[in-house]
Amino acid sequence: MIQTIAFYLFAVLMIASAVFVITARNPVHSVLWLILAFFNAAGLMVLVGAEFIAMLLVIVYVGAVAVLFLFVVMMLDIDFAELRAGFIKNFPLGIAIAMVLLAELVLGIGAYQAGALQLGTPDGLAAPMADRSNIESLGALMYGRYLILFEVAGMILLVAMVGAIVLTHRPPKSARASQNISRQVARRPEDAVVMKQPTVGQGVEL
Amino acid sequence: MTQFFQSLGMSYEWAWGVATIAGILLIALPLMLAVAMIIYMDRKVWAAINLRRGPNVVGPFGLLQSFADGLKVFLQETIIPSAANKGIFILAPIVTFTVALAAWAVIPFDAGVVLADINVGLLYILAISSLSVYGVVMSGWASNSKYPFFSAMRAAAQMISYEVSIGFILICVVLWAGTFNLSEIVEAQRGHGFGIVNGYVFNLLLFPMWVMFFISCLAETQRVPFDLTEAESELVAGYQTEYSSMSFALFWLGEYANILLMCTLNALLFFGGWLPPLEIDLIPWFDIPGIVWLFGKILFFFFLFSWVMATVPRYRYDQLMRLGWKVFLPLSLLFVVLVSGYLMATGHYGAAA
Repeated sequence: MIQTIAFYLFAVLMIASAVFVITARNPVHSVLWLILAFFNAAGLMVLVGAEFIAMLLVIVYVGAVAVLFLFVVMMLDIDFAELRAGFIKNFPLGIAIAMVLLAELVLGIGAYQAGALQLGTPDGLAAPMADRSNIESLGALMYGRYLILFEVAGMILLVAMVGAIVLTHRPPKSARASQNISRQVARRPEDAVVMKQPTVGQGVEL
Repeated sequence: MTQFFQSLGMSYEWAWGVATIAGILLIALPLMLAVAMIIYMDRKVWAAINLRRGPNVVGPFGLLQSFADGLKVFLQETIIPSAANKGIFILAPIVTFTVALAAWAVIPFDAGVVLADINVGLLYILAISSLSVYGVVMSGWASNSKYPFFSAMRAAAQMISYEVSIGFILICVVLWAGTFNLSEIVEAQRGHGFGIVNGYVFNLLLFPMWVMFFISCLAETQRVPFDLTEAESELVAGYQTEYSSMSFALFWLGEYANILLMCTLNALLFFGGWLPPLEIDLIPWFDIPGIVWLFGKILFFFFLFSWVMATVPRYRYDQLMRLGWKVFLPLSLLFVVLVSGYLMATGHYGAAA
C-alpha cells in the first residue's frame, strides 16, 4: 500500500517533470525540472531495493553533472528565438529519432512480455546474496567477476579526463598571471617593511 | 514506534504514517530549538573572544535573543524584487532549509535511536549535502542581481571542490569501519585504541583525516575563514542580499542546521558518537545516557567552529581553491591508499574473496 502510493508519486512526478524539461521556456527552469526528474528516479530505485544505485544517482548526476549544466545554462546567454527558428528545419530528423525510440520502446516491452532474458548465470552468482547488503553484493561482483571490465572502464574515464585537461590547458601568458604560492607564504614582514625615521622637511629615500 | 501506534488500534499504514511524522517532528522541532540556542552560543563565544559582552538584554543572560530575532524577521515584510524570477526566488530558501533538515534522518543519537537506519547512511549524507548547492545557486540566479550571482558562483565552486575531498576522507573512515551505516561506524569505534579509547581520531592514520575533515567542514558550510560567499567587503551580503523576512530566516536556519550537522558528523565519525571517550569505568560514566555524550561532543565542535570564526582572517579565493584541489585532494587520495594498504597488510579484511 505504502509502496504503491510512493511508486505512483515518484513515477507521476518523474514523468511530469520530464515533460516540463522539454516544455519550459527558460533553460534554467529546464535544468531544475531535470534535477527533479533525477531525484524521483532515485526514489524509484530505492523502491526496488537498489539504494546504492539511487544514492550514486543523486551524488553523481544531481550533485555534480546537473550543477555543471546549471552553471553553463546560467552563464550562457542563449537566444531562444534563434534556437526555435531551427525547429522546422530539423523537424524530419526529430521525427526519425522519435520513431527509432518508439520502435525500441515497443520492442523492449514486447520482449519483456514474451519473457525476460535469463541474464543470470546458472551457478547463481548473479543472484542477490542473502543477508548481504546491496553494496557488498555489488562490490563482490564488480571487483571479483567483472574486475577487468571495471578496470578498463576506469582507465577509459581516466584517459578522457586527461584528454579534457590537455585540450583546455593553456600555458600562462605572462609572469603576472601566475603566482608562486611558496614564495607568498615564505614572505615575512621583515622582507617587505622598512622602518624609517625621516627628519622634518626631508623625504624618505626608498 | 510503528508497533506502538498499531497497538493503539491503527492499521499498519496509518500507524506507519503517524509514526514517521512523529519521528520527523521529534527531530526537527528540537533541532530548530538547538539552532536558536547555538546561534546565541556562537555570538556569546565570539563576543567573549573579542572581550565584548554579546547578547545580554533579552531574557536571562540574553538567552532569548535568537527568539527575539526570529520574531523580528517574522514580522517584517517579504520583499520580492520585481526583476527576480519569482518562482525560483521563493523556492530557493525552502530548498536550503528542507535539505538542511533532511540530512538528519539518518543521524543516530544513541544506540538504535535513529529515524532511518539505512545501510547507505553515509552516502545519503553525501547525497543530501551535495544538494545544498542548489538552494544557493537558485537564490543567486533568481535574484537577478550582480552580487548574489557572483556569490552563488563562488559558493557552488567552493562546495563542490570541498565535497570531493570530504568524500575521500569519508572513504577512509568507511574502509576502517567496513560499513556505510552510521550506527555501525560508531559501534566499530568502541575500544578502537588498545581496547580503551573510543574513537577513530586517536588512530595515527585517521587523525590527519580528521583535521582535514574539520577544515573541509568549515569550507563546506561557508564559515570563517572560508566565508567568501558572504564577504561583506566585496559582495554586500552574498547570495541572500535580496532576501528579507522569513525567506532570509530560512537561509539563516538552514545554514546553522548544516553547521550543526557537520559538528555531529565530526562527533560520529571520529570521536565515537554516543560512546564515552574511554571504555574503562573510571567514574560511573556508562550510566550517563549516550545522547548526553553526543550532545557534549557536538557542543565541543561547535565551540571550535566559533573559536575559528573569532580568530582566523578570511582566505583569498584562489588560496581557498588551491587548498581544496592542490592540498586536500592529493593528501586525501594518498591517505585512502595508505589506509587501505595498511588494512590489507594487517589482514583486516582477510583474504580477498
